Amino acid sequence: MSQTAASQTAEFEPGPALRLTLAAFVALLRDKGFRIGPSEAADAGRLVTGAAGQRAATLRPALKALFCGRRSDWVAFDALFDAHFLRKGMKKAVALAGSAGESGGARTLKQMQDEQAARRSSPALDVSREAEAPEAGEEDPAGTREGASRAENLAETDFRKIRDPELEAEAHRLAERLALVMRRRLTRRDRIRSQGPRLDLRRTLRKSVARGGLPLDLVHKGPKLRQLRLVVLLDASGSMNNYTGVFVRFVHGLLDAFRLADAFLVHTRLVHVSSALKERDAARALDRLGLMAQGVGGGTRIGAALADFNRWHAARVLTSRSCVIILSDGYDTGPAEDIGAEMARLARRCRRIVWLNPLIGSDGYAPVAAGMAAALPHVDLFAPAHNLKSLAALEPYLAKV
Amino acid sequence: MTRTKDSIAKAFASAGYIADEGLLTAVLLMEVLARPLLLEGEAGVGKTEVAKALAASEGTDLIRLQCFEGLDRSDALYEWNYQRQLLAIKAHEGQGDPDALESAIFSEKYLLQRPLLAAIRSPRPVVLLIDEVDRADEEFEAFLLEVLSDYQVSIPELGTIPAASIPRVVLTSNGTRELSDALRRRCLYHYVDYPDVGREAEILRARVPSIDTAFALQIAELMSRLRKEDLAKVPGVAETIDWAAALTGLGGTHLARDRELVFDTLACVLKTREDRSRITREVTDRLIGKVA
Repeated sequence: MSQTAASQTAEFEPGPALRLTLAAFVALLRDKGFRIGPSEAADAGRLVTGAAGQRAATLRPALKALFCGRRSDWVAFDALFDAHFLRKGMKKAVALAGSAGESGGARTLKQMQDEQAARRSSPALDVSREAEAPEAGEEDPAGTREGASRAENLAETDFRKIRDPELEAEAHRLAERLALVMRRRLTRRDRIRSQGPRLDLRRTLRKSVARGGLPLDLVHKGPKLRQLRLVVLLDASGSMNNYTGVFVRFVHGLLDAFRLADAFLVHTRLVHVSSALKERDAARALDRLGLMAQGVGGGTRIGAALADFNRWHAARVLTSRSCVIILSDGYDTGPAEDIGAEMARLARRCRRIVWLNPLIGSDGYAPVAAGMAAALPHVDLFAPAHNLKSLAALEPYLAKV
Repeated sequence: MTRTKDSIAKAFASAGYIADEGLLTAVLLMEVLARPLLLEGEAGVGKTEVAKALAASEGTDLIRLQCFEGLDRSDALYEWNYQRQLLAIKAHEGQGDPDALESAIFSEKYLLQRPLLAAIRSPRPVVLLIDEVDRADEEFEAFLLEVLSDYQVSIPELGTIPAASIPRVVLTSNGTRELSDALRRRCLYHYVDYPDVGREAEILRARVPSIDTAFALQIAELMSRLRKEDLAKVPGVAETIDWAAALTGLGGTHLARDRELVFDTLACVLKTREDRSRITREVTDRLIGKVA
């Protein structure tokens, strides 16, 4: 890539040393995720040779405006520029580089996979677990099930080892089927639209040509149909450990089938994971997810995560035609009022909230955990999701969302 | 390079916009590199004002295309005037050559120009503001990209129309939707942040003529503290200007001396019920106490 940049800048004949420095800078920025095409590199060459290139103070804002494309670029640029051209602030630049790099994360992931594999040998969501769950709840209502751990497990939970390939492929197929039902309903709407309230004059006129200019065949149009937007918030805390693997596949299936869908992981922090799950290949998607999901398997602060979501993401990913699916057991270490308030805010922004709770499947479960109880008034559909059968049973409900 | 940063800064200031160094560079580069400028930032930081100031400073027209969901070619580019076409067909019924009629009704006389077409057909360069481009859908963004790279449009009935002049294009985005990488790459980028205290005071002095320097500085300082509070809707520069106008209009001259007035006029900057109830009399007093 650096060669391309060098050849692009060559036609403006800056000094060879300057040309190389600029090409190296472009390569560095591309490494950091800046989107810079050949034509931008060429323009940069013109700037460097022009008046702006004489001093760092004038070159920096010029290159900044040219090379940056988004807020994150804008924030990172100055340190990178200083490190490259002025040889100062190297430490900061290295730290920035680290945040974008993945080698460190990958190594930890491998370690964690092995640890997890050693700890747990049974695949997720098997029958024995389902049978155990209600017992544990009866014996110790305030213990393992009612509590959420505050510990922020900064290691990475392995999404690959807790899976039974067949079960998860099934979850994926199921998700695709669900998505299909939800979309089928939209296409039905589409047919009605063709007899919409307004005339499409352009097409009507076009058709009137065959009638000697008399507009006999009228063509209608109506409001353009927006696709349903789907936002999935997946609780990946310790208490959800046994379900996470299958749910991840389920969410992956949904994102695969929906063009307008976003997914977030909720645990002690909120992580936007759509980009990882948009990867079609399941194994690669899980790999990338593992890298992003540091801290998974620790405690949950659903209220705080929802607040984060409402504050930073809601405006971007939610429209009035959005459906929010929350996959969580509702155990939370934060204050319950937080969840109530944030759920109310969320409910104002979207069309439907579906809360899928794996615990509903166990006998004698009632949503008494404070957080769950606070959230419930704002939930449109509260349904079990403890095994594939219960997910499949959702089909008719989700189709109506 | 006919213009320098200083001359742009002066021209912007006389149009009532106080620009910072980065923005001046970006505006200068728009000219040098002939690229569109993409402005991002919170609502109310004055993104749209940049385009207005640019048009005013160059003494040219501003053509504005407000984006919304469902915006399409016929809203943005051109539309035939169907009513007139139908009338013309009726009027010429039974007389003359149908081919001649067809070419007549598909002539420029029956063409309605929408902002994009108007901008590239203007005999001298105009400023084209594509406001809130993130509200339009992806399909429109792709179409926009095509127009912005070629500066020509093809109308099936008329053929390709090349640009009479290349407009200066300013795009703004609020981040309701992630823009495509292609569009970001093509554009120069500037992130418009809330102005610092000094600059905001300068803006106040430019926009509220009757305000005195010390009072403008106080208001700007208070605003910067207010923005650090946990608010649902952080007030922008436009709100500051409104508020300063309200305060001076009601005879305020000093924040600490006119506490009651300050609290009563907070409606100018706090636009939700939650925010209004969060900034109580005590909080207001605390903020004023820090400033004055």
